[in-house]
Amino acid sequence: MTRGTTRAHAPAARSEAGLTVRGISKSFPGVRALDRVDLDVRAGEVVAVIGENGAGKSTLMKILAGVQAADAGEMRIDGRAVRFAGPADAQRAGIALIHQELNLCDNLSVAANIMLGHEPRRGPFLAERALLDAADRALRRVGLDLDGRRPLAGLSIGQCQLIEIAKALSRAARLLIMDEPTSSLTQAEAERLFAVVGDLRAQGVAVVYISHRLSEVKALADRVVVLRDGRNAAELRGDEIEHGRMVAAMVGRDVDRFYQRRAHEPGYVALAVEGLRTSAWPQHPIHLKVRAGEIVGLAGLVGAGRSELLGTIFGVHPARGGQVRVRGHDLVLGDPRRAIAAGLVLVPENRKEQGLVLDFGVRANVSLPSMHRRARAGMFVDDHAERRLAEDAVARLAIKAPHVDQSVGLLSGGNQQKVVLGKWLAVDPAVLLLDEPTRGIDVGSKAEIYALLHDLAGRGLAILLASSEMEEVMGVCDRVLVMHEGRITGELPRAAFSEQAILQLAVGGERRRA
Amino acid sequence: MKKILGIAGLLVFVCAVTALANEHFYDRGNVENLIRRSALFGVISIGAAFAIVTGGIDLSIGSVVCLSGCLLPWLLVEHGWPVAAALPFVLGLAALIGVAHGLLITRLSLQPFVVTLCGLLLYRGIARGITGDQTVGFGTGFRGLRDLAAGRIALGDHLGLPGVPMPCFFIVAIAIAAGVFLNKTVWGRHLRALGRNPEAARYAGIATGRLTVLAYVVCAFLAGVGGCLWVLDVNSAQPSDFGNFFELYAIAGAVLGGCALRGGEVSVVGVLLGAATMQVLRNSIRLIEAIPQQIEFAVIGAVILGGVVVDQLVRRAAARRRKG
Repeated sequence: MTRGTTRAHAPAARSEAGLTVRGISKSFPGVRALDRVDLDVRAGEVVAVIGENGAGKSTLMKILAGVQAADAGEMRIDGRAVRFAGPADAQRAGIALIHQELNLCDNLSVAANIMLGHEPRRGPFLAERALLDAADRALRRVGLDLDGRRPLAGLSIGQCQLIEIAKALSRAARLLIMDEPTSSLTQAEAERLFAVVGDLRAQGVAVVYISHRLSEVKALADRVVVLRDGRNAAELRGDEIEHGRMVAAMVGRDVDRFYQRRAHEPGYVALAVEGLRTSAWPQHPIHLKVRAGEIVGLAGLVGAGRSELLGTIFGVHPARGGQVRVRGHDLVLGDPRRAIAAGLVLVPENRKEQGLVLDFGVRANVSLPSMHRRARAGMFVDDHAERRLAEDAVARLAIKAPHVDQSVGLLSGGNQQKVVLGKWLAVDPAVLLLDEPTRGIDVGSKAEIYALLHDLAGRGLAILLASSEMEEVMGVCDRVLVMHEGRITGELPRAAFSEQAILQLAVGGERRRA
Repeated sequence: MKKILGIAGLLVFVCAVTALANEHFYDRGNVENLIRRSALFGVISIGAAFAIVTGGIDLSIGSVVCLSGCLLPWLLVEHGWPVAAALPFVLGLAALIGVAHGLLITRLSLQPFVVTLCGLLLYRGIARGITGDQTVGFGTGFRGLRDLAAGRIALGDHLGLPGVPMPCFFIVAIAIAAGVFLNKTVWGRHLRALGRNPEAARYAGIATGRLTVLAYVVCAFLAGVGGCLWVLDVNSAQPSDFGNFFELYAIAGAVLGGCALRGGEVSVVGVLLGAATMQVLRNSIRLIEAIPQQIEFAVIGAVILGGVVVDQLVRRAAARRRKG
């Protein structure tokens, strides 16, 4: 498996070859994003850059890729000083940035996407044959067995990601910067990506890997560079790379009790799901119960059906049968309004598109589902009540925003998620469903959200939490239900938690329900 | 390919229905007239397609048709300009209008809808102002030019065969050039990329600004060409209504032909079929007595809506089949 091989390849003898970054500083109005940051990357190395949101990772990567210019500092490639006027310069120097949001055109073919912007040509005309050949070569380097002529539409995100890498390689990239590459991949796709990274490293390509998933970092990286508040905070290599030290370096203090677990005495059954059939898997009726004060995890691989299940319970996906009871009362399915009125709320997976109106401010977002309850004469928005509500949420959840009308699109992921939570807490729910609540959120905010969840459980909320991060599930939850292809394959009490046990159930193994 | 089948099918269907309802549909004169109008509207539809492929739109097409269609005879007849000066001037002006649109959209980040909406009002107003709101035409002069642009080549009139209207040669040449450009050249590839994902295009080093301006120049230029061809055909242009609503026909033709309004997709053959379908529809409404003239626009609107709805349903069914 990949995990064994990555450690065996130590970087080649140190030479001038590679990227050397010294003293990079960058300021934006009101904030110093980078303060004299250094970075070294040698050929055939995988360097992970980690840090909280706002630590400066994205800014540094944009400067490396020529998208932005540094205020101060120097970059050297193979000993030669370089200065990039734009992304094209960086590409010519062999640096390629692979974005988290893929930059592909689904109306073009795979080959056209790979060669976009540097197509082989005869005068103004495309040299189709040469284009396909070049694309094929790049596809083979990433191990994708696709016909370059096929349209991009219809390919999975994992395949698209590999195509982005192929795109970079086709421009003879020597340094690949990958920004959160596995955030939308299935386990199998992520494994394939790791294998490709291993191959690239063996071919002498350098990789800078940005990720919040510390377990991946541990498996892949030769060295870990930690940024904090725009400065170099630590560098770890080899055996030094482990979870506790990484977290400590990122937040600058010992974050023991990271998951903040406290045991609660579970109360009455707040959520009862009986024989519920989702539209995607109508053949598998789902049964589960969550008690007040419990945090139940929903684990499984991407595509197991957790999002469908939560969406069906909440009512955004139609149900094909079955029942849901909240606080003992039957819930009319397929209608989120009724769910909310009954005290059942969902923090969705895609917070930017499903959880928030990005152009609205904190205040407007927080009050959105509860406005009508506080409306004057049932119609008019009560400005004072709205403001008080928003200020309460900001204080209670420690939302970092300059003022309550700050557009939420400008907040960090962690703060955005807190706004979503604040919105729901305002309707006083009994059951809280969460779908990948800490995806793309920095470590510090994660800890705050875990503390919040435990606080809410302590106050009697029933929480059902779907997450792909096994460490999170095991750290936070009282018990875990594991799903595989639309059905619950097993349940694990806390005493039986282990990565292996969860994985076994996640790939289809059965286990009797406790 | 599949998209073309849809519009081709619709075209055949409308032709068949009309032919059955009224045998005059396949009279030589009617067929020639249909081909002529399809060619003329095809020119401006291809122009519209260029704007649409960038994810934008051009609402001023009809007004550019009006301005060029009125300006040409006005310069030639009222001011005695030689053809070698007037024609390049009018077409150059149209191209310049396209440059203006493109720059406003790319440099000032104005919405194409707004920019070209203002153009719609501006250019017709200018045409009316210049000509004093008088109808302009060529009278009996300029026979050579008019025959070149709007005449016909007989194939066998005595046999009852339809001739080939001159606009056909223009549209074929323009269609071939457009098709080659969009499918075979680097710029055409880049144009389609930037229409679907401007970010990706920018990061790939594509000159998105310049290409967008080029697209609007082509659109306005073809509208100018269309205007000149039209006025040479009908020999009379009234500034207050020459080219009225033509942008709608142009856009409808492009959309029916498979150009997604969100950008990135274009098929020249599809656009031509779409333009032809629009003209056959108008013809049908005249020929089928059961349909009163007054509801012409309603029928066209309904047919286009129906076509787009069916297209969307077919797309969904295909997506479901792929997933399942």
